[in-house]
Amino acid sequence: MPRTSLTGTRIRERRTLAGVKQAELARNVGISPAYLNLIEHNRRRIGGKLLVDLARELSVEVTQLTEGAQAPLIEGLQDAASSQTQGSIAPETDRVEEFAGRFAGWAALVVSQRDRIEGLERRIAALSDRLAHDPFLSDALHEVLSTVTAIRSTAGILNTGGEIDPEWQVRFHRNLYEDSQRLASGSQALVTYLDTVGRSGDEAGGAPFEEFEAWLDTQGRASGPVSEDEDRLAGLSTPAARKMAQAWLSRLTDDALAMPDAMVEDVITAHGINPAALADASGSDLAAAMRRLAVLPDAEGRAPVGIVICDGSGTLSFRKMIEGFAPPRFGAACPLWPLYQALLRPMQPVRRVIVLPGLPARRYLAYAICQPRVPARFDMPEVVEATMLITPYQGADDATIEVGTSCRVCPRLNCAARREPSLIMATPELESDI
Amino acid sequence: MAKRVLLIEDEPNIIEAIRFILSRDGWIVDTHADGASAVAAVGAKMPEVVILDVMLPGKSGFDILRELRADPAHAKRPVLMLTARGQKKDRDMAEAAGVSLFMTKPFSNSEILEAVRALAGAPDVNDAHDASGDSDG
Repeated sequence: MPRTSLTGTRIRERRTLAGVKQAELARNVGISPAYLNLIEHNRRRIGGKLLVDLARELSVEVTQLTEGAQAPLIEGLQDAASSQTQGSIAPETDRVEEFAGRFAGWAALVVSQRDRIEGLERRIAALSDRLAHDPFLSDALHEVLSTVTAIRSTAGILNTGGEIDPEWQVRFHRNLYEDSQRLASGSQALVTYLDTVGRSGDEAGGAPFEEFEAWLDTQGRASGPVSEDEDRLAGLSTPAARKMAQAWLSRLTDDALAMPDAMVEDVITAHGINPAALADASGSDLAAAMRRLAVLPDAEGRAPVGIVICDGSGTLSFRKMIEGFAPPRFGAACPLWPLYQALLRPMQPVRRVIVLPGLPARRYLAYAICQPRVPARFDMPEVVEATMLITPYQGADDATIEVGTSCRVCPRLNCAARREPSLIMATPELESDI
Repeated sequence: MAKRVLLIEDEPNIIEAIRFILSRDGWIVDTHADGASAVAAVGAKMPEVVILDVMLPGKSGFDILRELRADPAHAKRPVLMLTARGQKKDRDMAEAAGVSLFMTKPFSNSEILEAVRALAGAPDVNDAHDASGDSDG
């Protein structure tokens, strides 16, 4: 029982952290120290009132003992620590859990700042890329520099004195005048151009997608089904982001037409979160059924549902996270994800129970399918899209596969799919016994 | 006898200014504004020094330089390259192509004068080329 066993370890960690003796904690919750010892060493299941009492005594939320709620936070912190390359004091990565537990607010701040730094760095890279390759900018700068060169040379000649033929003098004065006019209009054009560049927000490569994602957050990714409503797009400033949002909304609208609320509710009641059952009931394809399930508004008693969608290159084009499962913001995700396994075999449904590392390990049920994005043609390459639905897994019957989120923060050091070394120094290990 | 310099540049007012500066210094200044026929122009004038702009209509200065270096008659002819883009990338490209000296716009009159004098300063064209420290040609 990984879930139970890890809860025990976590209780022990928390108790040690708080500096409370085993006997003392046991007495406060009304059990024997021996029994607490068994719990802490994962020999006894724990739940219900005892768990609540222990959490209260240790001043933590119950979920902090049972769920991997902190895992994305900790991964974020580890990633932030790994990108810190200079500075005399290295972050205490071995105590990251303690930091996240004791200073959740500060830890969240570190992670959100890491996200922001990463976003800004990408923006800078995109801007310098643009500066280097923008044909208009390059021409405009060339024009300005050429004109300045001519002016400098001509002015230099006129300024050094000496004998200059009157005819030449007139000529140089005329050239100076012409060039100064040219410089004025050239620099004006440059300023106007730079002004529009700054305002359109289109300059950074990843910006429209980021804006689209930010917009989804404000909309609530879970809120659906939708009508074509221009107002909903009002918050989007770049045309590219607006286009992405429009495409997404129109997809959701189609999905909602094919799978009305009542039908979805019936299917969930009968089969739970099961895209195949919904596809079967509605005649929709599996990817559409997954999208439909993922955008349902949160409801009491319903398991949270996340979704990731990627194109044929593996680039994530849509993400809706759920607690404990946060796909990387930038860069590629874990190649072991069922999403990518599905991408390898178009049209073959994939169902897997995946385990994400951490204490405790988080288990999710994942459904994935790769489908053509547009009707196939003879004269162009296939265009596909893979979709993965993910929901917390409570059972214990299925075989599981161990995956990660991205290599940098993944502790599975000997993973065959590893593409870059892990930046987590020590793999968190369960302690064996006293 | 006066030495000859060929200025390959398409900006009329820069041509005029450089021509004036170098003529006053005693040079015979020929000018050529088109990239495509620039190599032929060097062959026709056989100047002691070539001043070559990078951005030319018809053909880029880098291509012209490569063609000159590939021709034994011009393999060691001093070439001063002018560019409005002083990036390292451009400098590296010019050096790989066998440039003798590289100068970024806007330059001062004395800079270009000194550069041309230095490139032609040695009694022999080949020595001038060697003195500039370039050996790729």
